Amino acid sequence: MAAVPPPAARALEGEPLSAAAIEARLDEHLDLVLSSRRTAAGPARELAAFSRAEQELVLRWVAVLAAAHAELAYQFASLAPRALRLMDEAGVEAWVRQAMDTYDSAGLYPAVAALREVEAFAERARARAAGLALEEVAGVLERYVRGLGGRPLKVEAGEAPWTDTETLHLPPVLGVLGDREGNFRLYKAMAVCLWAQCWFGTWRAPLLARLREAGAEAAALYAALEALRLEARLARALPGARRELDTLAAALAVAPWPEPWPEAARRLAAPEATAADSLELALAWAGRVALPPPRPWEGPPRPEAVAAVLEARLERERRSLRRELAALAEEQRGAVPDPVRLEAAPFTLERIEDPAAPEGFTFRLELDGQPIEPPEEVRGLLTSIVQDLGEIPEEYLVPAGPGEYDAGAQPAGRDPRDVWKGMYHEEGAHLHDEWDYRRGHYRKRWCVLRELDVHPVRDGFVERTLRRHRGLVASLRRTFEALRGEDRLLRRQPEGEEVDIDALVEAYADAATGQEMTDRLFVRKRREERNIAVLFMVDMSGSTKGWINDAEREALVLLCESLETLGDRYAIYGFSGMTRKRCELYRIKRFDEPYSDEVRARISGIRPQDYTRMGVAIRHLTGMLREVEARTKLLVTLSDGKPDDFDGYRGTYGIEDTRMALVEARREGIHPFCITIDREARDYLPHLYGPANYVVVDEVRKLPFKVSDVYRKLTS
Amino acid sequence: MEPGIVTGQTLRPEEYFVETEPYYEPVGDEIEVFEAAWRNQLPVLLKGPTGCGKTRFMEHMAWRLKRPLITVSCHDDLTASDLVGRFLVAGGETVWVDGPLARAVRCGGICYLDEIVEARKDTTVVIHPLADDRRVLPMEKRGELLKAPPEFCLAISYNPGYQSVLKDLKQSTRQRFVALEFDYPEPELERRIVEKETGIEPELAERLVKFAHMTRNLKGSGLDEGASTRLLVQAAKLIVSGIPPVAACRAAVAQALTDDPEMLAAIHELSASLF
Repeated sequence: MAAVPPPAARALEGEPLSAAAIEARLDEHLDLVLSSRRTAAGPARELAAFSRAEQELVLRWVAVLAAAHAELAYQFASLAPRALRLMDEAGVEAWVRQAMDTYDSAGLYPAVAALREVEAFAERARARAAGLALEEVAGVLERYVRGLGGRPLKVEAGEAPWTDTETLHLPPVLGVLGDREGNFRLYKAMAVCLWAQCWFGTWRAPLLARLREAGAEAAALYAALEALRLEARLARALPGARRELDTLAAALAVAPWPEPWPEAARRLAAPEATAADSLELALAWAGRVALPPPRPWEGPPRPEAVAAVLEARLERERRSLRRELAALAEEQRGAVPDPVRLEAAPFTLERIEDPAAPEGFTFRLELDGQPIEPPEEVRGLLTSIVQDLGEIPEEYLVPAGPGEYDAGAQPAGRDPRDVWKGMYHEEGAHLHDEWDYRRGHYRKRWCVLRELDVHPVRDGFVERTLRRHRGLVASLRRTFEALRGEDRLLRRQPEGEEVDIDALVEAYADAATGQEMTDRLFVRKRREERNIAVLFMVDMSGSTKGWINDAEREALVLLCESLETLGDRYAIYGFSGMTRKRCELYRIKRFDEPYSDEVRARISGIRPQDYTRMGVAIRHLTGMLREVEARTKLLVTLSDGKPDDFDGYRGTYGIEDTRMALVEARREGIHPFCITIDREARDYLPHLYGPANYVVVDEVRKLPFKVSDVYRKLTS
Repeated sequence: MEPGIVTGQTLRPEEYFVETEPYYEPVGDEIEVFEAAWRNQLPVLLKGPTGCGKTRFMEHMAWRLKRPLITVSCHDDLTASDLVGRFLVAGGETVWVDGPLARAVRCGGICYLDEIVEARKDTTVVIHPLADDRRVLPMEKRGELLKAPPEFCLAISYNPGYQSVLKDLKQSTRQRFVALEFDYPEPELERRIVEKETGIEPELAERLVKFAHMTRNLKGSGLDEGASTRLLVQAAKLIVSGIPPVAACRAAVAQALTDDPEMLAAIHELSASLF
């Protein structure tokens, strides 16, 4: 059969477009940013020289970029000819995507700057092809330093290797050494040296203050001297890592340290040498000794960045530790903390020799003179504080009084714009990717989601519902009881608790007639256990206002009754929000929470909120279901319409993102299912959930009954 | 081990006396507490992570108290009659065969039910009458009660670390026992254990213990459990037999802990940095 290319393919193979034709198509999208002095003629003229396929590629991306910002699209069109000469089509697409990611996270100007760095990007792409990208090994490196001990450190891309004592910034790509293995060794060398800075006290708070006064030159000398000291410490603690550094130095032909550095190295290699010695030397040498060329695995230090992170952390950890200790004291003594008794600092630390620790000792926590085993969080905090200060100041050991409990909690007002201020991972907020079908790519960390509690309302709603649907509740209970795993007798088993008399009689008869006797002579009792975890995701958008909301709440009440009979594990969350920066999940019932009065009051307290951004809610709940151990996992959505949000999350965009989120859920072994009252749902639900995984309930008043019924059918 | 004909030794469970002293380093007062519980006819619950020495402790106590040790590893198909006994058909007649628990009661031995939470919930209930002051084992099928002699001892173990909602020890069960908590020993002690068990050089033993701590740092960030003392001993044995330390750690520890390629790579790098 002769293949007939589809129309699009024919266009791609066709004659190149003329400059005028390109300009006309560019004008369509770039209208907003063009003027009499700035036209699309220049880019169009240059693009006319390329093949039709390349032209179409550029025009397609111009359309996508123009949807975000016309200026960005204009810049792209102007730079595209240069990019096409430097890279193949896949490379150009990667370059645009990276600019779009920058636009998403940082805005127009950084994105335009990213586009303009087309040469650098092409260079990195070439290096990446030959070398090793950080993202390939970041997971291994992060676990590696986590295993080495101390405060957890994240790995992120930066220009030169440096650390702010919470994050290791490593170059995005390494191609210095010819092969992947060699480049990985180099990454590992960077990681272990930065880890050593954090672990062996390069960035102690008291030293840092003096270092910042001393100026940039002294700081650079200090970093170089510390590198010498840490090499010696590594040789003692991690001889294998030290050997690898030496191998790397040989492979990269690193010149030996010039005089007077070897002499300093000998002094700093002494077991009792500390960072303070390095600092003394650095101050003495400032203005007299030249810096040696940096080792390939070292970068310039950034004391200012460290100081900012350190200051915030000291305060945060002091508060957290005192809060944790108060909780610990309460737990151990079984009483509410008594401010008078707390004054007496009930916690003390006993020093214990431990040659493995950087200081040669660790601490044992004692409460009222009795040693206690601190919980994981407290141990982590103590380690981190010792890393910063070299000790635990006494005031840190005073448990927080009752008034100080909420000092570290969330600020009361939630302004969606605040989320991006300060450290991006603010407490309580989760960041999720979102799928953009036009780019065929995820927008990274695009949605900011918070888990909130539904405000419980005790207005007798649940009791009224149960009374009104008395008959229904009784029949639901009966049906669901029948579903519950019953003991089943398995007959004629080779092993079992009891003799199967029927089988035995037959076997005797067989034996008497000279036939072979079976060994399947037992009955065995076996319970078919239901092993199901189900998460209900309830639409709390503004459109549910009124009787839909009532029907949803009634449905949940009946559902809970049914599920309690059945004994399946279940959780209920509501979702809503407005814009990507304020996605909200409302806890109604967690998996580990019993169906209590509190939960009932929360069901009663479900109120319509804002919009329906479904993708992010599905992604978050998928993560939650992943943690649950069950043979069957269900994610049931209760909704009243299409995904829809204020900032363009509608139509195909919203549907495609939701679909992608559901695909991700299925990949995790979760069965998504949807119950909706939207009569038009048949147009889009099959696309989202697949042909058999949704139910449209035509009448809202049937919803309460239907939800339980659907669940019964789904799981039997 | 010498080449030639290999013959296993057949023993009846009630004849399994531990004859040579099993090596055990006490961490605290667990030996005294166990002995006192045994003298007072109280059952014992051992809790702790896998491979920290619970089973070795039981062998040591069996040797110390000179009682036969009958160990049952519980699994989710373990029924009550697997423990108590059952009728079997032999030569046209039914014959009663005691289960391991009944045997242990008859001979006044120590019955050790390992990983008790793995057993089915209805199975754990048969030990209840044995585990309180009645100290009898009901044998329903025979219509008899088996009274335990004073020497009999019931011990169970469980691992609170990997508890799921499905596998929890019921209060009515756990509140019958004297509980002993086990954990990985302190570094110094763990080093001594690895050394004594394998004859490895002290320097290498110390590094192995350090390695174990590194893997325990990863617990919760991708590992369910860190390396147990048992894994360390195994790694040390490989090293003593001439396997290079890094390879031994990979085979005996890393691969045993996880299948995740990133985690394997990270653990491997940790051992490569240490040795």
